[in-house]
Amino acid sequence: MKRILLAAAGLLSLAGAVQAATLDDVKARGALNCGVTQGLPGFSSPNDKNEWSGLDVDFCRAIAAGIFNDPTKVKFTPLSAKDRFTALTSGAIDVLSRNTTWTMSRDTTLGFNFAGVMYYDGQGFLIRKSVGLKSAKELQEASICVQTGTSNELNVGDYFRANNMKYREVIAFATLDETVKAYESGRCDVFTSDKSQLAAVRLKLTNPADHVLLPETISKEPLGPLVRHGDDQWFDLVKWTYFALLNSEELGITQKNVDEMVKSENPDIKRLLGTDGKYGEGIGLTPDWVVRIIKATGNYGEIYDRNVGPATPLGIERGLNNLWTKGGIQYGPPVR
Amino acid sequence: MSEVSPAAPPRPKGRRWSWTDPKLRSQVIQITVAVILVWLLWSFYSNAQSNLTRLGIASGFGFLDNRAGFAISQSLVPYNESMSYGRAFLVGLLNTLLVAFLGVILATLIGFLMGVARLSKNVVIKALASAYVEITRNLPPLFQIMFWYLAVLATLPGPRQSWGFGLQPLLGAIGSGLSSIGLGFLGGPLSAYAASLAAPGVFVNNRGLVVPRPIFEDGSMAILYALIAAFILSFLLARWAKKRREATGHFFPVFWTSLGLIIVLPLLASAAMGFPVGVEKPELRGFNFVGGLRVIPEFVSLLLALSIYTGGFIAEIVRSGILAVSKGQTEAAHSLGLRNGPTLRLVIIPQAMRVIVPPLTSQYLNLTKNSSLGVAVGYPDLFAVFAGTTLNQTGQAIEIIAIIMAVYLTISIVTSAIMGWYNKRVALVER
Repeated sequence: MKRILLAAAGLLSLAGAVQAATLDDVKARGALNCGVTQGLPGFSSPNDKNEWSGLDVDFCRAIAAGIFNDPTKVKFTPLSAKDRFTALTSGAIDVLSRNTTWTMSRDTTLGFNFAGVMYYDGQGFLIRKSVGLKSAKELQEASICVQTGTSNELNVGDYFRANNMKYREVIAFATLDETVKAYESGRCDVFTSDKSQLAAVRLKLTNPADHVLLPETISKEPLGPLVRHGDDQWFDLVKWTYFALLNSEELGITQKNVDEMVKSENPDIKRLLGTDGKYGEGIGLTPDWVVRIIKATGNYGEIYDRNVGPATPLGIERGLNNLWTKGGIQYGPPVR
Repeated sequence: MSEVSPAAPPRPKGRRWSWTDPKLRSQVIQITVAVILVWLLWSFYSNAQSNLTRLGIASGFGFLDNRAGFAISQSLVPYNESMSYGRAFLVGLLNTLLVAFLGVILATLIGFLMGVARLSKNVVIKALASAYVEITRNLPPLFQIMFWYLAVLATLPGPRQSWGFGLQPLLGAIGSGLSSIGLGFLGGPLSAYAASLAAPGVFVNNRGLVVPRPIFEDGSMAILYALIAAFILSFLLARWAKKRREATGHFFPVFWTSLGLIIVLPLLASAAMGFPVGVEKPELRGFNFVGGLRVIPEFVSLLLALSIYTGGFIAEIVRSGILAVSKGQTEAAHSLGLRNGPTLRLVIIPQAMRVIVPPLTSQYLNLTKNSSLGVAVGYPDLFAVFAGTTLNQTGQAIEIIAIIMAVYLTISIVTSAIMGWYNKRVALVER
């Protein structure tokens, strides 16, 4: 009987384990649990020493730097598109930074909050050059490969319907690897996904030059980090870490010059770097939180250029992801 | 206790509330356990409810009416992405049942064949059957599915280089083969003749198997009626033959007669109606074949892997069942003048069945449950469509997992019930 009661108590406490004070849990654990992809160059991929790098990875490192002053205090959990939301709901991870599209249902009925848009993307098609297609409008009767559990899976049907076209079939695979393998083996004519992902996947194919992206962008895919409903303080912390990266770039604060910038007399910089006011305390951190972040990862522009920018193998221009002052739509609200 | 009491001590009148009373004790324990169980279930429920509300996650079964929005690559009923999650559920369920049903039939055929082959006196057949059993039983089913999908079917040519089946490509290939070895005077005319034939209607490529689709025109119902009539006639014939055999001892070739009926009657009916069945031939247009019927490679690889894997287990069950029938039975049958065939059919197999059927049932259940591995190759079974895509899009894990559990449980219980009924029929009737 005692054993039964003990087991019951154990089960119940497990069920109630999803607690509100995420920041306290992270501090007590001494590490941030961050959900990432199973390997997508430029966004989150491990090297042979299991060191992760990428745009989404650097965002988690920035959060860790803000909390611990140590960007290495992050535990990365690789997740498939299908499993990512369950991991966040169950509390296995504190933040999901895994090129996830911000949609209304995910923001509401799935029980998540999106902290911002780390990367403005859109869905496209990857196809063999030998097919000789110029436009996605010529995809009549094509076989299409897609990863299951993505917004891409939903967009593709809408696109064909809107353009009065018919696809032959849409084959949905559980992981990115399986999807790419099926595309490479010729099971389908096109592989559809976010364009950034297609660019990364193309590099991993046996002969990247044989494959080409079609020019159309068929959907809006704002990719960003997200957290669970029910902990506003943690939501604020993740959200303002993202804004801090944007504002730092806008004010010209970089990894190199941040120590100089602390001495700046510019009131915007003073508020951001905590020499004027105690804004960091509003999210449960110390006033100089941004200094720690920028020292660890650099500002948004530096993160972008390092991982996906024109100088990297992916070579993606800033485009929409440029600051609002430079023709893009990345815009951080003021620290005030 | 050595002392034997002459009678049980007289029970005191009225109830004595003592912990030593075994009846009372067991009642108290049972009630306590029941109360704890109910409390446990209730707290799971309320805990889940309050957590869902706190996190603002939707709950309830209303989502089944919402628009699914995703496509499914194989569907036995009309489906497109503007239909509901409920419809997607039906599509997934039918896909699971299809692969499970065909898998069970195929696995049983392979298993019986291989089980009997392992007992063969022919060394080569025996060795082949043994090798089959050892290889298929000892490799994980997921691996076998991936093997068929990635190592076999994925290596087939693309749609434009499809293998066509029919007289034209066959004769053409022979013709060019003859020409290439210097027999051009034979090969040339043969190739020319092949080119004059109609193009093939059956194609195999890495998108699957494409066959012509029959189109039923007016009058096709007559063929269906003829088929039904043939089945009824065969049934009556079997009953008559059995009665006659029991009365006179004369055999009647029921199987061959019935087969003849089932083939000839529909043929006669269609001839009488002027052959009302047309054919829609698949045609390569753009990326793919348009028209015709298509079997997707995801389905083929899953079906092959499941039946071959389970067939290995069934072979062993069949072998053990046959070996369980004592040799004396064979000898007795032979001494009555029965030859090998009838001995196996009338004496051995009926007795082996009662050993075979119970473990066979669990193999059928395993095959059905293993069909959920199809998610690895993108086969849209119930698990992939519902516990995968739908769960991911709606986030309603509790409801969906509950439905999935109920469905697999129902399929398994129905299978068990059918097999239980069959087992009762073949069980040894003791006289």
